[in-house]
Amino acid sequence: MALATRTDRRPSLARTVWDSSVGKKAVMAVSGIVMLLYLVVHMIGNLKIFFGPGEFNHYAHWLRTLGEPFMHYEWTLWMIRVVLVAAVVAHAVSAYQLSRRDLRARPSKYVHRKARASYATRTMRWGGVILGLFIVWHLLDLTTGTVHAGGFQEGHPYQNVVDTFSTWYGNVVYIVAVLALGLHVRHGFFSAAQTLGAGSRTRNRALRAVADVLALLLTAGFVAVPVGVMTGVVS
Amino acid sequence: MKLTLRVWRQRNADADGAMSTYEVDGVSPDMSFLEMLDTLNEELILKGEDPVAFDHDCREGICGACSLVINGEAHGPERTTTCQLHMRSFRDGDTLDIEPWRASAFPVIKDLVVDRSAFDRIIQAGGYITAPTGSAPEAHATPVPKPDADLAFEHAECIGCGACVAACPNGAAMLFTSAKVNHLNVLPQGAPERETRVLDMVAQMDEEGFGGCTLAGECATACPKGIPLTSITSMNKEWLRATRKVAKR
Ligand code: HEM
Ligand code: FES
Repeated sequence: MALATRTDRRPSLARTVWDSSVGKKAVMAVSGIVMLLYLVVHMIGNLKIFFGPGEFNHYAHWLRTLGEPFMHYEWTLWMIRVVLVAAVVAHAVSAYQLSRRDLRARPSKYVHRKARASYATRTMRWGGVILGLFIVWHLLDLTTGTVHAGGFQEGHPYQNVVDTFSTWYGNVVYIVAVLALGLHVRHGFFSAAQTLGAGSRTRNRALRAVADVLALLLTAGFVAVPVGVMTGVVS
Repeated sequence: MKLTLRVWRQRNADADGAMSTYEVDGVSPDMSFLEMLDTLNEELILKGEDPVAFDHDCREGICGACSLVINGEAHGPERTTTCQLHMRSFRDGDTLDIEPWRASAFPVIKDLVVDRSAFDRIIQAGGYITAPTGSAPEAHATPVPKPDADLAFEHAECIGCGACVAACPNGAAMLFTSAKVNHLNVLPQGAPERETRVLDMVAQMDEEGFGGCTLAGECATACPKGIPLTSITSMNKEWLRATRKVAKR
């Protein structure tokens, strides 16, 4: 009888990653970083609103003609959208499944509770849920115009943004979400570095600093727009 | 010193437990925490009551058997094991809450004693090297660079007490598993099983129902042996490397 010489047959790479808590966390980290990179670009683009409707609307039009003549009108934009939706879904599903595992692993609490981990760390789950709901509202408001206040005009994003931030609830929803984003990124960026094995004793201080700066810049950059509209700098 | 103790009492694994209150008098500040509990138990035995069950063995901080959550902190307020914690860390008249490790992978057996055999099964999954036994090999046959030896030793300090799991809000065994993985993976003796070790130990850790890491950092704060949080980062890196390597085979 011949003996099997290979005894180390293992499941595929994708199976191993998705079935493991460490692998699933890596999916969460990579999808989080994809969204983070997008948000940095998105934030910079938004700041063009301070240079008037001409420049802002032109920028929005350029997003649709990006890659022409190789790409057709809006092809590049749609490719970006597909990647982002995939990232949001992968991130939310892995976050949900990992959170379920974490809660199951610690069913009984200590009678004596003590103050624990930082605010940013403790708010990742609820902060993430707020961000998820915000993403849906934000798309319905400024991309499709479904829930937009005051007639939504396709191709006139400057006016649409001014409309949204002329309502009190538009400002509240947006600013709460941006603050949640800042906290999420503060803990998330540092976590992602550890999940992907990029942290080390010598590098972690710098990584924490980068996380703080990134969180602060994103928060300030995104909040500038509603504040600009509220103060009449943008109208 | 006179203390009020609120202790988790649970008759067996299936019974419901609750906190019971006891007074202990005549506690010396030089007593260890376990000696203080011995005093309580002697009184309980004299009164014909069931003594409080708790794990202990070496009482010198090296075996990892002792395991109490004191006032919400694994091994209490000092960075040491419960057996090496002394009553001078508390004040006369204090009320102390004493609870068992809490994690679904560490079920309570009785009172303050939990079943930590999940850790043994993680070790069985890969926390060893395969080498012929016999007389000790020639020491110079396998050179180990000093920094690697130091790193391995730092991780080898883990005594497997489970304070990391008890402190983690997710009941995760990441710090324990990473200490064991890194200890062997940085050494040449551990190299032949470098990939399978991390993959199999992490898989067993998941199988046992431990949670995952959310970088809360509670484990490294509670660890009596000072295993650093970056140990988890190193294990993540090893795990990702191993999945890539093994997929190519
Ligand atoms: C769909 C909405 C979202 C949900 C439900 C969500 C939820 C979560 C949760 C539960 C975690 C793990 C927290 C922890 O480890 O303590 C996490 C991590 C993270 N999130 Fe989100 N999040 C969402 C949106 C976002 C967005 C928009 C970004 C983009 C900046 C982002 C970036 C990150 C990063 C970089 C991590 C770190 C991954 C890691 O720990 O390795 N998330 N998210
Ligand atoms: S009893 Fe051995 S470490 Fe505490």
